[in-house]
Amino acid sequence: MMATARRKRSIGDWVFFNITRLFALLTLLMLGGIIASLVYGAWPSLKHFGFPFLWTPDWNPPMEKFGALIPIYGTLITSLIALAIAVPVSFGIALFLTELSPTWLRRPLGVAIELLAGIPSIVYGMWGLLVFVPLFSKAQPFIAATLGKLPLLGALFSGPPLGIGLLTAGIILAIMIIPFIASVMRDVFEVTPPMLKESAYGLGATTWEVVWNVVLPYTKVGVIGGIMLGLGRALGETMAVTFVIGNTNSINSASMFEPGNSITSVLANEFSEASQGIYTASLIELGLILFLITLAVLVFSKLLLLHLSRQEGRAT
Amino acid sequence: MNLGLSLRAKRQWANRLALAMSMLAMSFGLVWLIWILFDVFQLGLSGISLKLFTEMTPPPGSSGGLLNAIVGSLLLVGMATLLGTPIGIMAGIYLAEYGQYTWLGRSTRFINDILLSAPSIVIGLFVYAVYVSRVGKFSGFSGVIALALLVIPVVVSTTENMLKLVPNSLREAVFALGAPKWVVISKVTLRASVAGVVTGVLLAVARISGETAPLLFTALSNQFWSLNLNEPIANLPVTIFKFAMSPFKDWQEIAWAGVFLITLGVLSLNILARILFRQKHRS
Amino acid sequence: MQESTPLPIAVGGNKNDDHPPAELKTQIAFRNFDFYYGMFHALKNINLDIYHSHVTAFIGPSGCGKSTLLRAINRMYDLYPDQRAEGELLLDGENVLDKGIDINHLRARVGMVFQKPTPFPMAIYDNIAFGVNLQERLSRTEMDDRVEWALRKAALWDEVKGILKQSGMSLSGGQQQRLCIARGIAVKPEVLLLDEPTSALDPISTMRIEELISELKQEFTIVIVTHNMQQAARISDYTAYMYLGEMIEYGVTDQIFIKPQKKATEDYITGRFG
Repeated sequence: MMATARRKRSIGDWVFFNITRLFALLTLLMLGGIIASLVYGAWPSLKHFGFPFLWTPDWNPPMEKFGALIPIYGTLITSLIALAIAVPVSFGIALFLTELSPTWLRRPLGVAIELLAGIPSIVYGMWGLLVFVPLFSKAQPFIAATLGKLPLLGALFSGPPLGIGLLTAGIILAIMIIPFIASVMRDVFEVTPPMLKESAYGLGATTWEVVWNVVLPYTKVGVIGGIMLGLGRALGETMAVTFVIGNTNSINSASMFEPGNSITSVLANEFSEASQGIYTASLIELGLILFLITLAVLVFSKLLLLHLSRQEGRAT
Repeated sequence: MNLGLSLRAKRQWANRLALAMSMLAMSFGLVWLIWILFDVFQLGLSGISLKLFTEMTPPPGSSGGLLNAIVGSLLLVGMATLLGTPIGIMAGIYLAEYGQYTWLGRSTRFINDILLSAPSIVIGLFVYAVYVSRVGKFSGFSGVIALALLVIPVVVSTTENMLKLVPNSLREAVFALGAPKWVVISKVTLRASVAGVVTGVLLAVARISGETAPLLFTALSNQFWSLNLNEPIANLPVTIFKFAMSPFKDWQEIAWAGVFLITLGVLSLNILARILFRQKHRS
Repeated sequence: MQESTPLPIAVGGNKNDDHPPAELKTQIAFRNFDFYYGMFHALKNINLDIYHSHVTAFIGPSGCGKSTLLRAINRMYDLYPDQRAEGELLLDGENVLDKGIDINHLRARVGMVFQKPTPFPMAIYDNIAFGVNLQERLSRTEMDDRVEWALRKAALWDEVKGILKQSGMSLSGGQQQRLCIARGIAVKPEVLLLDEPTSALDPISTMRIEELISELKQEFTIVIVTHNMQQAARISDYTAYMYLGEMIEYGVTDQIFIKPQKKATEDYITGRFG
């Protein structure tokens, strides 16, 4: 009796262990599966166009000539615009929530920011197209008349006021990722030991000096993690971009007013209508490139964080 | 001394400037977000009517509802949750209880982090490549797979984190009674962290409810009533995408109503998850 | 434990050669000072003079308000909206509770060291330079000199002179605390506040810090909060015994420890307390 009970137990353990391990393995295999299947699906395009696919600017379905330059440019530039806006704003929000806000306001504002991070991106995209774009097209001539007159940078703010375009997509993306970055930054700012902050205040530092010189260096790992999270979101975002980027497969100037295309918007607009064969394969290759870019960002940030923590490790 | 004073004044001004900028940033962030939510609620509410829940999606130029899209979305999200949750919980248990220090555990955790932030559109492409292109047609079932793949990493990481919060003394107490490990896990540690795990599932559901991109290559959409998972199936996000991008006024109105429904649903799920988690933490 | 014996605790002999009382100059004065945490009345009608170039210790059981009193001197409580002080707190005759006072300047005049070492997440050199940079613009060589001066004062120079570029977090606990002291004195404050500075340190590090305090009092007015009575007896010139937010007894340390005027004080220092 005892022996069978014991055997039953060990069988139970064995089964349970192996089931959970199987699913862990499955998760592990998913990454390999994604890359392999994308490579397989993109194979005709990979073979036909080779590496020049990356820097070829043509995207011409009827002629079956495909190149990824314009979507890659669109993806990178919109994400950069988004980061350029979202990082300082998020930092300001986190600073406000941890150091300035009256105590009774901290929780509601913090919760609001977190909830907003959960709103689906299609909401941002649709609002952007139907509400923001008409207004922004009216503001563009003004921007062109002011920022557009700057030396060097002026070229970025010129051209016809279409409302849609790379800049618009970047702005909508920024609005979307601000809650992400801000809530991560606030979380890490909050775990800074009060005594450390008091030490800096004790030397006569102002709030700004404490945050900039002590809190920020102390939390840099978390802050970088938050920014990378936002960047990952921006690079892979489909809906917030597709609605407002303009969906044009050509770029005529350096201006950010230009309509363009991102990898995700090309996929969203063209995939279900694409003919099988080289067209579909090229689209899948775009997806592969996007995945590799986000993977690179993620691995880079992991390595950076590892490097930073090792630096501290060496120090201790 | 004079120099010292001016340095002090300079620092004061730098501080004031920074704090003013911070307040500006806070209002900047809030203004956009309030503006968007206001529009969604205002324009969405005006489109809400009984017809929305009783009629099918209309052809361009005529009025109609979202019944097939709402039901299709519920079906897709429900099926995906049913499929993805057990897998995610199992993998999460492995990571927290068995694989903390093993090679498999470490790599799975790393990969899960990557999947957690992988673009959802790539997941859609993946399902297209391994399933849709094989079968030769878009189908509701492929949409379910794509959404399930988005559920898994969220559930894995919350399950793992919640299990890790269970104190080891509790585990030891059960082991001390002579219980085998699987009983310890399934009867005690998992139960002790159930609120956290449910929170994770709710957040995952909230995430996939609004996902559009992966459905574009899988479930696609359907203008008609269909519950057949072997055929393209109507769903809210893709319908909204199509209707909002169109030049037709009545389609755009329906899209606003749809966006309102999704926003409301996602916000309620998030708030529910928050309340659940807070209650658990208080007790 | 020595505390449990009714006999007086040995008091450091180095105070016999103290300046005569006639030379005493009040640096900090509490006048009818009250302190509140929200509704809680934490300090009640405190009246106290802290003398220039002496070490004053605040002792008392935990929760008696000794740290609160210390943190009022540089208005650290200002960081927390629900805390407030009433009455007068004079630093060199100027009421630091006045609304119009420049808090950052006040805190530059009053250095502070905490229970646990709090090195900033930057190099040892920069830890010291940080506070100095806030107050004055020094040339590179002047700053080098200042950093060396502060580290020498804190008896840390010999240990770190070769590793100034390393993170301040890389030092041992005792070294970190001396770094924090160096950081505090580098800005040349008038007063140095020490909030249980050795409570997280081992006995040897504690001894070094105590020696340091005795040397630093030549130049700075030092106020120290400690729950270690022997420490108070060893290093302080004046001692204030506090209980439940009230100042029970204040006087020359030897007096307090050898011949306390009040029964409550005697009970506490002889360990018959509670």
